[in-house]
Amino acid sequence: MAETLTHTDKHHDHHDHHEGENWDGGAQPFKASYGKLMMWYFLLSDAFTFAGFLIAYGALRIAMPSWPIADKVFSTFPGGFHEKPLYFVTLMTFILLFSSYTMVRAVQDGHREYKKGIVVWMALTILGGLAFLGCQAWEWNTLIGKEHMTITKNPFFTTTEHGTYLDPELGAMVPGETILLHKIQTAHGADDHGDHGHGGDHGHADDHGDHDHHLPGFTTTDATYNSIGDQKYAVVDKNGFILHKYTVQDENGITINGEDGKPLVKTESLGPKAFGALFFFITGFHGFHVFSGVVFLIIIMVNVASGLYEKRRNGYEMVEKIGLYWHFVDLVWVFVFLVFYLI
Amino acid sequence: MGHMTHEESVKSATKWIIVLAVITICEVLFALLGKGYIIEGVHFPVWIMALVMIVMSLVKAYLIVYEFMHMKYEVPGLVKSVLLPTLLLVWAVIAFFWEGADWNKRRSLIDNKNKETVETVRSSGQSGELIKELEQ
Repeated sequence: MAETLTHTDKHHDHHDHHEGENWDGGAQPFKASYGKLMMWYFLLSDAFTFAGFLIAYGALRIAMPSWPIADKVFSTFPGGFHEKPLYFVTLMTFILLFSSYTMVRAVQDGHREYKKGIVVWMALTILGGLAFLGCQAWEWNTLIGKEHMTITKNPFFTTTEHGTYLDPELGAMVPGETILLHKIQTAHGADDHGDHGHGGDHGHADDHGDHDHHLPGFTTTDATYNSIGDQKYAVVDKNGFILHKYTVQDENGITINGEDGKPLVKTESLGPKAFGALFFFITGFHGFHVFSGVVFLIIIMVNVASGLYEKRRNGYEMVEKIGLYWHFVDLVWVFVFLVFYLI
Repeated sequence: MGHMTHEESVKSATKWIIVLAVITICEVLFALLGKGYIIEGVHFPVWIMALVMIVMSLVKAYLIVYEFMHMKYEVPGLVKSVLLPTLLLVWAVIAFFWEGADWNKRRSLIDNKNKETVETVRSSGQSGELIKELEQ
């Protein structure tokens, strides 16, 4: 630093003293170091990225006649608990919140240059981050593996009064209720599913008994799609999803025939399609931030322990910077929690 | 921070983490209450739910930024240069949600129009002929 100052002073000898003070690199605009200031601006830009995602979510959600209700979608808890609305995600929120607290404590121990305290509090923060990632992995695994939600397929739909997603033929539905599609069958007498074998379904459906289909006229051993009784507008695919069935017409309203000479039939999922993509991309992007935060926390914790920052004599500024990032990750979760789970 | 002893700053952090935890519990309880999980048959209107949740979340965001990220202790120039640009998002939210609501409105409009056409064609029996008649 001292060398740099003398170097610039040579060039600015003939300028007046005030200008030299502002431009010789020694002054801190905003009384914050370069690193901390740039971390603030990075977080500002990151906030805009997340805001873009969340606003897209809001715009699509508001454009739909109905939306899956979160406390039906996220209602499982490890250990085989079901119908526990919001329990698991509340646990995740608390894990992240308290890792924010341990991070504050690490920064505070940085201010009093207490190395052991910094390492311990950072280690606890890392544990919190890993616990959060573990919870998210479990949640995703449940949604993908057991409930068959993907970025293109949404098994959850909410019935509406206008009929867009409400088909009374599929069973007694209350308007405004969110239903996991392959769970509808439980309303059709699934209590007796011990009486008959699982048939060809046995191999891949061993962990969820509600894949036994009890809709009238429907058997799981059939080909890709099955009609449900004399149901005209719905079919069940081989994974147990109920899909909306429609015939394809040309612009004159004339039914188009397929290659076999029969009317061309297509299907679409009943729930809003964008739900899965929005959920996985937004929580995934947040989870990626948590993951990279954990990686940086580990690197900086090792550097603290090795005494690198003591040598630099900059008051553990690196701990402050990763602290800012970590609190931002918690801040974003406040809004992800708000729009996906609470409203 | 320079003006607080270590003990004071630890006390302050502990106070605010408890406040944040309490707000979070309130949010979850209110969400469950408004959807009828706590008292059978109680349902709050969506806009009340949304308003209360958004206000509580903004309070949480304020506490995280000002207390944990120490925005409280930064000079006004830094605070403004970071926080003022986020005001642009207010317009983004209004514009996109306005547009989204309009898509929804038009969707039911189009659905209703489609229903009318389908019913006319069905009642006539032979759809092709009817359309030909209409075109002439």
